[in-house]
Amino acid sequence: MSLWFQNENRLPQTRLTVISYSIVGLMALLLLGFWKLQIVNSDRYSQLAERNRVRSIPIIAPRGAMLDRYGRVIVDNYPSFSVLLLRDDPQQVERLLPQIADGLDVTLDDIKQQMEAATALPHFQPIVIKPEATPGDIAFIESHRADIPVLEMLMVHRRRYPHGGFMAHSSGYVGEVSSEQIEESGGRYKPGDIVGKAGLERQYNDHLMGIDGMRRSVVNSVGREVGRLEQTDAVPGKPIRLTIDYDLQLVAEEALVGKKGAVVAMDPKTGEVLAMASQPSYDPNDFAIRISKDEWQQLNEDPERPLLDRAIQAQLAPGSVFKILMATAMLESKAVPADYHVFCPGSAEFYGRVFHDWDAKGHGDVDVHKAIVHSCDVFFYNLGKQLGIDRISFYAGNLGLGHKTGVDLPGEEPGVMPSEAWKERLFHQKWYPGETISVAIGQGAIAVTPIQLAYVIGGIITGGRFHQPHLLLTNEAAPEIDFPISDSTVNTVTEGMYGVVNEQGGTGSGSKLPGIELCGKTGSAQVISNQGLARTGKQAALKDNAWFVGFAPRQNPEIVVSVLVQGGQHGATAAAPIARDVVKAYYDKKQGKIAPQQLTTQAVPPGIPPSFAAQAAARAAQSEPVAEEGVPTKPDAAPTKPQPVSTTPPVAPPATMNP
Amino acid sequence: MSEGTGILRDYDWWLLTIIFAICGVGVIEIWSATHTSHLAGMHWKQVWWIALGLGLMMLLSRLDYHSVLDKAPILYVIGIVALLAVLVAGHTRYGAKRWLPVMGEFFQVSEIAKLIIIVSLARFYAEVRTERLSIADLCKAAALTAVPIGLILLQPDLGTAMVLVPVVAVGAYLAGIQWKHAAAMILAAALMVPIGWHHLKPYQKDRVTTFLRPEEDPKGSGYQILQSKIAVGSGGFWGKGLGNGSQNQLGFVPVRYSDFILAALAEELGFAGVFVTLVLYTALLLRLIQNAQHAKDRAGMFLVMGVAAILGFHVLVNVAMVIGFMPVTGIPLPLMSYGGSAMLFVFLALGLVMNVRLRRFVN
Repeated sequence: MSLWFQNENRLPQTRLTVISYSIVGLMALLLLGFWKLQIVNSDRYSQLAERNRVRSIPIIAPRGAMLDRYGRVIVDNYPSFSVLLLRDDPQQVERLLPQIADGLDVTLDDIKQQMEAATALPHFQPIVIKPEATPGDIAFIESHRADIPVLEMLMVHRRRYPHGGFMAHSSGYVGEVSSEQIEESGGRYKPGDIVGKAGLERQYNDHLMGIDGMRRSVVNSVGREVGRLEQTDAVPGKPIRLTIDYDLQLVAEEALVGKKGAVVAMDPKTGEVLAMASQPSYDPNDFAIRISKDEWQQLNEDPERPLLDRAIQAQLAPGSVFKILMATAMLESKAVPADYHVFCPGSAEFYGRVFHDWDAKGHGDVDVHKAIVHSCDVFFYNLGKQLGIDRISFYAGNLGLGHKTGVDLPGEEPGVMPSEAWKERLFHQKWYPGETISVAIGQGAIAVTPIQLAYVIGGIITGGRFHQPHLLLTNEAAPEIDFPISDSTVNTVTEGMYGVVNEQGGTGSGSKLPGIELCGKTGSAQVISNQGLARTGKQAALKDNAWFVGFAPRQNPEIVVSVLVQGGQHGATAAAPIARDVVKAYYDKKQGKIAPQQLTTQAVPPGIPPSFAAQAAARAAQSEPVAEEGVPTKPDAAPTKPQPVSTTPPVAPPATMNP
Repeated sequence: MSEGTGILRDYDWWLLTIIFAICGVGVIEIWSATHTSHLAGMHWKQVWWIALGLGLMMLLSRLDYHSVLDKAPILYVIGIVALLAVLVAGHTRYGAKRWLPVMGEFFQVSEIAKLIIIVSLARFYAEVRTERLSIADLCKAAALTAVPIGLILLQPDLGTAMVLVPVVAVGAYLAGIQWKHAAAMILAAALMVPIGWHHLKPYQKDRVTTFLRPEEDPKGSGYQILQSKIAVGSGGFWGKGLGNGSQNQLGFVPVRYSDFILAALAEELGFAGVFVTLVLYTALLLRLIQNAQHAKDRAGMFLVMGVAAILGFHVLVNVAMVIGFMPVTGIPLPLMSYGGSAMLFVFLALGLVMNVRLRRFVN
């Protein structure tokens, strides 16, 4: 053995001690690190650990159905599957994406877009990449469970609406909640929730929408489920019973097919809406899955504006229907005697202008009854001059014009009832007396909605008791506004309206119903003044809007129907027959002549003839643009956003007026 | 050489007790981490490795360490040849050539190399007779270590390569390195970092960058550190109980029975368990240093301190990694992490320590 180890140097004891202390110091430092993680930040890491091991998959609560007043199903759900993407392992997802896109028959960009939209959500939350799974998709997912473990099926309840846009505007539609709605909801909605976007779906969303449940399971680090935790069951949404009578609704819808307009039928004693239709329409089923940008744009930009609920949103001049309000104002104000009468030669001059009657031959000596029955313009021109705009405006306003009726639907428009103050406020202009003459026959700046006319006429003929229109059937009485009207006035107006339909020479006599005391008033309102018409040169495109508001029976009326047919020309021929059909159906049913449609089990009303849907489709194809002056422009199809009040520009006094 | 009875009495029973305690905790945690998985039964294998290690330790302690140091040059050559062999004919796992098949098991040659470097450096430093370490000797020691480090880096195995550095460094410190030389070496090392960075494998670069910001990429390379920290943090003071750690049992903690065994322990036994474990390791290291202080000669001291340097480095780096103080380097926790080669290395190294102790009073 060599002597290499015979080193006589002393051991470096100090340096060894220094090393000992260093080790103790470093260990203490590491222990401090553990203290910080395990004691100081323990809660945070416990949450992260919990998030790691628990995967939550929602259990979607079904939405409540919509039933008609007899309990027949109008809107309900059907079971369906959505494809969920589990994003716990982004690298794995990234690798499998092309295969997934191929198998589900979607584009890669589409999936990536949806993943980007969900970047704000925590990673453990799965996202829906295909809302409606086809049987092929389900087979694909099942057969690739092992090699594509990131796909999962989610059972959902899809909304099912009647086909062809039946009652679409009232029912509305559902869609994915918007970020603004989430903010407004104060935590009730979460991203991805399906909520009502329009119509009753939106109005009664809180009632219809259930509370989603949650299935929580324990997963391991590769995302395989290894255990179940407690499950929160879904609370289904509650159904709503509507005041709508499906049979009347069907008559109204069918009568409007191919036309542009609206029908509102209600019980004037309660405010219950029995039927409410608007055409052209759209198919809310298109919204039930996920509407594409193109489809949405097309609906939005369609010149026919199918998304507009004309029953509550079309603001148009009422034409001669306004004469009922004039007669009421005259009799109630007593500004002129009740036997006030005028000689009608076919035209009259006011303030240096000649105003024509619709009937150039004239109506001879006219009192208020005859004026209503024949819809004599000259009588009301004179009456208007006698009453003055402020008195007219006072009565019309109290009878309900210029205010929302308060119907339980989002997006109702208030219409316009002009007055001196109104014009001063809006246009900073003086009121010209000549304008009063136009207003007296329901032209000029007046704008009303179909539901408003049903509400106003219904209130007048029940002695001034205005019941708030509503579509939700409840035991509680709807709010009521009273503006008492004397019996004699009600009587005079009712007799006049009875005469319109039932007297020789009445403007609505073509719609007489044997055995039924149908009363009503026709109206044909110009869309634009004759001068304007000449300017634009679009004779055909600007046909008059036809109105008819009718009720039955003469005493204690049970039903009031308001009909608008845009471009229908004559109230008597275009609108009155529709009101007559609805009233007839009401009586036929009451007298047991037609059996109520049986719909208790099916969601899709079998009563809707196939032609209804077919015609609806054909209608969508041909779109002849018709100018709609007075109908507010809808910048957004969701009819719930507040919009600027549309005001009909004051038009020059028309030369002639149709009844 | 003393008689047989003296040998039994002179064994460091405190050291053995600490070793058994640490191994015991390790076996329990390996059981807890694997008993529900396909790796169930792994703790028994670990027990066999411990038994084998103890046997080898006893054998090595019988041999006079002076005769071992005497063969240092030959051992060094054998070590270099083995490292070359593994580069040529080694078995590739996880993208690195580190294993040589011996009797049906794969051995990490670098573990043997570590042992040989400890012996070689002890021999080298023992021969330095000056009170202060000269620059020439310092460079020789560095060169002696640089060759195996270079070969291990080629495997590539950054972790093991780094483990050799403290052996030279601690040795140099004890051999009386001059402060200006130390400063120059540190500066040189600092200058090497950018060059070294350039030569790192992409996965190694990832580990270092994500160590700096693990939360930024929770599912990519930062995953391991983050999951480890979650496991540790969620353990709290008393832990979730053995077999109850979700991070551990559901496989979120990476290699929970080996490199990250302390994370698994921290989750299930809490800060209390970690405290006991770290106290045990501190006791182990202090006990080694005490043995060095009582060594008969400088050769013995350098041998023991070489072992202490490697074990201390392992412990500090592994523990720091588990709580995110250091990047993931693949350095196991001595005596606790599962692994045959590593276990045998530690016991052989401790055999050398015992050897020095047994001969402290012998001329």
